[in-house]
Amino acid sequence: MTAATNNTTIIRNGHVFDPLNEINGDIKDIFIKDGKVVSSLTSAEQRDATIIDATGKTVMPGGVDSHSHVAGAKVNAGRLMRPEDHYKSVRTKTALTHSGSGYTVPSVYKQGYDYAAMGYTTVFEAAMPPLEARHTHEEMRSTPILDMGAYLVLGNNWFVMRCLKEGDVEKAAAYVAWMMRTHKAYGIKCVNPAGVENWGWAKNVHGLDEPNIHFEVTSREIIHGLAEVNELLGLPMSLHLHTNNLGHPGNWEITRDSLAIPSDIKPSQKTGVEWAETKMNSRRKQSVYLAHAQFSAFGGSSWRDFQSGVAGLVDYVNKCDHVVIDNGAVPFGPATAMTGDGPAIHDLYMLSGQKWSNTDVEMECGSGVIPFVYLKSSPISSIQWAMGLELLLLINDPWKTIMTTDHPNGGVFTQYPQVMTWLMSKKARDDTAKECHKWAYDKSSLGGVDREMSLYEMAILTRANPACTIGMAYRKGHLGVGADGDVTIYDIDPGKLNLNDTAALTARLARPDFTVKDGRIVARQGEIVAVPEGRRYYCRPHVDDALEKEMLADVKDWFKYYTVGFANYPVPEKYLKNPVAIPVHNAEAEALARR
Amino acid sequence: MAEIILRCKGSIGIMVEAEVIRPDLFAGKKKEEIEELLVWQGQKPLPLSEFFDVDVSRANPSETRPEEANILIEGDVSRVKRIGQGMLAGRIEICGSAGMHLGTEMAGGSILVRGDAGSWAGMGMLGGKLHILGNGADHIGSAYRGSWRGMTGGEIQIDGSARSQLGGGLTCGRILVAGNVENFCGIRQSGGLILVKGSAVRGTGAEMNGGTIAVCGAIKQFSPGFVETSREENVLLGDVQLEGWFRKFTGDYALGKNPKGSLYCKGGLEDAGNAQFR
Repeated sequence: MTAATNNTTIIRNGHVFDPLNEINGDIKDIFIKDGKVVSSLTSAEQRDATIIDATGKTVMPGGVDSHSHVAGAKVNAGRLMRPEDHYKSVRTKTALTHSGSGYTVPSVYKQGYDYAAMGYTTVFEAAMPPLEARHTHEEMRSTPILDMGAYLVLGNNWFVMRCLKEGDVEKAAAYVAWMMRTHKAYGIKCVNPAGVENWGWAKNVHGLDEPNIHFEVTSREIIHGLAEVNELLGLPMSLHLHTNNLGHPGNWEITRDSLAIPSDIKPSQKTGVEWAETKMNSRRKQSVYLAHAQFSAFGGSSWRDFQSGVAGLVDYVNKCDHVVIDNGAVPFGPATAMTGDGPAIHDLYMLSGQKWSNTDVEMECGSGVIPFVYLKSSPISSIQWAMGLELLLLINDPWKTIMTTDHPNGGVFTQYPQVMTWLMSKKARDDTAKECHKWAYDKSSLGGVDREMSLYEMAILTRANPACTIGMAYRKGHLGVGADGDVTIYDIDPGKLNLNDTAALTARLARPDFTVKDGRIVARQGEIVAVPEGRRYYCRPHVDDALEKEMLADVKDWFKYYTVGFANYPVPEKYLKNPVAIPVHNAEAEALARR
Repeated sequence: MAEIILRCKGSIGIMVEAEVIRPDLFAGKKKEEIEELLVWQGQKPLPLSEFFDVDVSRANPSETRPEEANILIEGDVSRVKRIGQGMLAGRIEICGSAGMHLGTEMAGGSILVRGDAGSWAGMGMLGGKLHILGNGADHIGSAYRGSWRGMTGGEIQIDGSARSQLGGGLTCGRILVAGNVENFCGIRQSGGLILVKGSAVRGTGAEMNGGTIAVCGAIKQFSPGFVETSREENVLLGDVQLEGWFRKFTGDYALGKNPKGSLYCKGGLEDAGNAQFR
């Protein structure tokens, strides 16, 4: 590597895995100029470029995590209630980096460094309650290196539920558009629709057609309504769904039925952005993105006859074209369960007796946090481990799957390399199955699965598809001309890949030789060498002015129920560091679309 | 046996964090090497020789095996924290009092303190023996803050008294106190034995789900979630023989429907009029 004197970087001779450009391990040079991938550099630019020799190494786009809990009130609640999670996981200050601590819920600085050291450059917070948006943005602005965004929790929002009950989808859309601009949110998250509202009365809903208390709206109406709103507005990502009955044995059926609800809705992205070049169509194809499917694919009818319900769910996903899932893998070890699904966390409390935090976010949603340990000796944990992998291995089309651990629910993001090794090596799975409870293979089909994913497929699951699914493939998840210069260079020679040396594979995936962000080396073999500020993405959707005016008059009246004043509700843009507003379905967006 | 003597040079201002004072770490090191080991005072790393004169008795210390290493600490080290933290073997004798976190997470070997021990001594201990001739402060032999899994092995003996939260989250091993304890002794205990020869104040065994606590004196304010199950004479707890009549309680029912914790109490139950004493 030679020193850079200008803003150009060349990654030479690497085996490039760039699925959106159908590049499968071909030896190629990657050129980056001013933070963007370019097709070539002039000889003068080449002379002064930072040059990384990637001969015999694996080159992928920077990792994209489309579902992680890394910023906001519930994450911080997890940090506060778990001092024991911190004292043995400490990062000391260096000349360049901040100190930090925390294993399952690290401090924001540590999160940023750990993700970057692992080759990830883009991470989206999966649940931002509107009233906690300010807190979420505060944590995102303090997270180093990463590009981020957050999904707004709307599945039990009183105003949304009222509009949907009245069948007024347009008004709901106007409200959601205003809410996303107001809170600088990126997408719509729907958590246990209709159920979290009932949790305010210590109840839940257990079926798709069970009207909830007071609003008398059903989960089916909310899922369909929000999916319609999503496409009416033309948001970059589809509805992000956390289904009802999460964590209950036998819930795979309600999950399948929930996924069927938005099957009639056509995806429609109306974003005003310029798309980097890709060989494949990089627009999203799904109308629903299922969160942490493992927790929603439970079989059996109780903990006694608990088994994997993945087969039934996978059968449905394999047959349809409107669904993408992330798996929510369980790589064993300590975790901190945190979700907007208050009743699900209460169920976990009743099972484990652990210390437990519960929050009601007035008129909007709720949340719960509880420490959890997935033990290899536990039959349930062992089945969950198998299920997380089954989901990715049994769904035939990798473009329907994303690899996550639902950090820190199923496991910690720093365990991604271990999950990748299990997906790539049957031996790795068999070795673990021998160490854990026999139910892992007895009560799932994982033992009979021979599929071993290639590096190309791993690039789909950890880069290309998360970016496509959330509508970020206009700049992330690939190395086409115009894409962000985010690159991971692993010390893995695809020609000499040894799937039997699983420890070495995991170590190499955990500590890439280089992580490059916007053309700049940010991490080298696990060590942070530069700390640029990331960007914060949010959407600015618009509806017809008259409709917005009418909705807003109603919302202002609605604020008599809030404990905050209408004027204090929004998160101003100055709160965000490096904000990137994505215009959606308005004059600005249409002008760009016509170009 | 190789003797390594640390003589405290004088009074210590800001507390020193000295997890390097470990017999198994000193073993095989020359005097100069021990002197150069770094300790923290506030935000500054300083050599051990800044605070201690080091003497090594053996002519050829490199031959010392960890289990042979014997550290003798002279002077007041009540402002030196983390002595013997994580030690696996060897012996430490402290002539005066020790600072906080003495023998925290030690897994083997032994520590003898002739004076008092600060809070958190023996926290999360895995094995070995910690003997305090004076008094212990708070959280002796307990779990780290926020954790419900404390000591998993070893033994702590206190000849004096201890303060609150002794043996919190105890899962295995035992703690013997000749004097009294204060509040929440054995909170969240799930195994092991705590024996208090004197009295306790309140919250004894709160949220315990297993293991045994025996209080030979009185418990001033009894925890509400305990139910008397029997009266026993000359109870034998492992190799510990208690003398006289004890009431045996099971609890803590505040935690669950079927708790497995046993609490023996001898002394006059001062608020024994409570309805739970059936």
